[in-house]
Amino acid sequence: MRSVREALTASRRAPLLSALGVVTIAFSLFAFGLFGLVAINIRKALDQVEERVEVRAFVSDSADIEQVASAMKDIGEFPEVLRVDYVSQEKALERARREMGEFADVFEAGVLPASIEVHLRPGMRSPAYVRSVADKMKTYQFIDDVRYGEEWVEKLYRLRNIASVSGIALGVAFAVVAIIIIGATIRMTVLARAKEISIMRLVGATDMFIRLPFLIDGLVKGVAGGFLALVFVWIANRVVNEYFMQTIFFDRQMMFLGVVGGAVMGIVGSLVSVGRHLRRI
Amino acid sequence: MIRLTEVAKEYPRSGVALAHVSFELGKGEFVFLTGPSGSGKTTILKLLYMDDKPTQGEVWINGVSSRNATGREISRLRRRIGIVFQDFRLLEDRTAEANVRFALEVTGAPKATIRSKVARVLTQVGLSSKSTSFPRELSGGEQQRVAIARALINDPFVLIADEPTGNLDERATRGVFQLLRDINASGTAVVMATHDLDLVRRSNYRTIELNHGRLVFDSAEPPASGRPIEEPIWPRETPPDATESI
Repeated sequence: MRSVREALTASRRAPLLSALGVVTIAFSLFAFGLFGLVAINIRKALDQVEERVEVRAFVSDSADIEQVASAMKDIGEFPEVLRVDYVSQEKALERARREMGEFADVFEAGVLPASIEVHLRPGMRSPAYVRSVADKMKTYQFIDDVRYGEEWVEKLYRLRNIASVSGIALGVAFAVVAIIIIGATIRMTVLARAKEISIMRLVGATDMFIRLPFLIDGLVKGVAGGFLALVFVWIANRVVNEYFMQTIFFDRQMMFLGVVGGAVMGIVGSLVSVGRHLRRI
Repeated sequence: MIRLTEVAKEYPRSGVALAHVSFELGKGEFVFLTGPSGSGKTTILKLLYMDDKPTQGEVWINGVSSRNATGREISRLRRRIGIVFQDFRLLEDRTAEANVRFALEVTGAPKATIRSKVARVLTQVGLSSKSTSFPRELSGGEQQRVAIARALINDPFVLIADEPTGNLDERATRGVFQLLRDINASGTAVVMATHDLDLVRRSNYRTIELNHGRLVFDSAEPPASGRPIEEPIWPRETPPDATESI
């Protein structure tokens, strides 16, 4: 209770410094949040592309329809498989004509083979899974050929991995910068109270007793900065949606995590700066 | 109660601050620490309240050893030690009463206890009428009395004073010194670092003299190794130890 009171009193004594601290934290978390927003939008785009990963097996003209139906049932029971569709010759022709538009007349009936289209479950769309399903499908005698855009799938996954790794690296870098900035703002408060801290130590205050108000100060500033940053990111998101492109915003869980992240950064920043100061005096 | 055994202190930049210093202080004793600037007085005081650790040797104070004292033990020890400085070290934005109260608050004492104790020590140092004054409204002597009240609030077994009269005029010096004598008379040991040889000569307390980090005289030692206090302790032209306070 005393620590909370101390932390609030410190903020009241230096309102400008405290406000500056919160705004600085908000800006560093804003940069972090913008990056996070870009990251989730890239991820969503990649997910959408990934949903289109499918394995297509072309059925020979002589295939028995019952054989095909039984095979489709088997394939549907593969653990990787989400959905199996049969595309008849007519349907394939209709789809090709629709997709080709003005060149629709190029296709004649019977040119395009019937096929079995297999959609994979989320999380099982990596090249290894796709290849395994394709290989299993090749074992059916009535299947002429299996296509799954091997190169395309591999490229997509490479892109996804690069996005994840660079996302984590940049995220950590932004978090470290935010912690350093929070530490610097808390340090200003610590320096403003250096004499008080040295007297506290002389009269027997424990390090934890001295630290606690600063930790609470860091926590409050982190949370306030987190909220403010969230507002800034939301405004930025609205502007992008209005003038450039449709993007998604953080869901509730992510927003909560963002504010908790601000709080954690506030505490870590205080711990670092107060710890350094206590070692020095 | 306090024992220093073969204590040495060396700083990486400034070199040897203390070497081969050994002495003991008993309960309720009054001891002057004297010596020229840089002789190691302040270093000894810092070792006593464990703001620093010796490079060699050991400092024992009230059952706590410098060799293995934990942070928590040091904090608890400091609650039983009163510390007073030449520059008072008061918080300028708080009243005399708040400055004294501060030392009890950090120990987590109950509010009712704090109120009665603060009133008692302010009366003890003769400042009950100035409890609501801010440090800038008080004279040097009065500010030092507030600092002494703060040092007394936790009923210390020893009061450590680093040049407590260094910034005071003659009259205030006499008043503060008398206060320290009264505190000692009530059973609290006092270790006082000072330049004021008149003060040392006028009183009959034990005197430990340091020079270049070595203990060169202890009036409690047998006369063979000691030197009568009437003789000059060190050349009078030595400038006051103004920079030594921590």
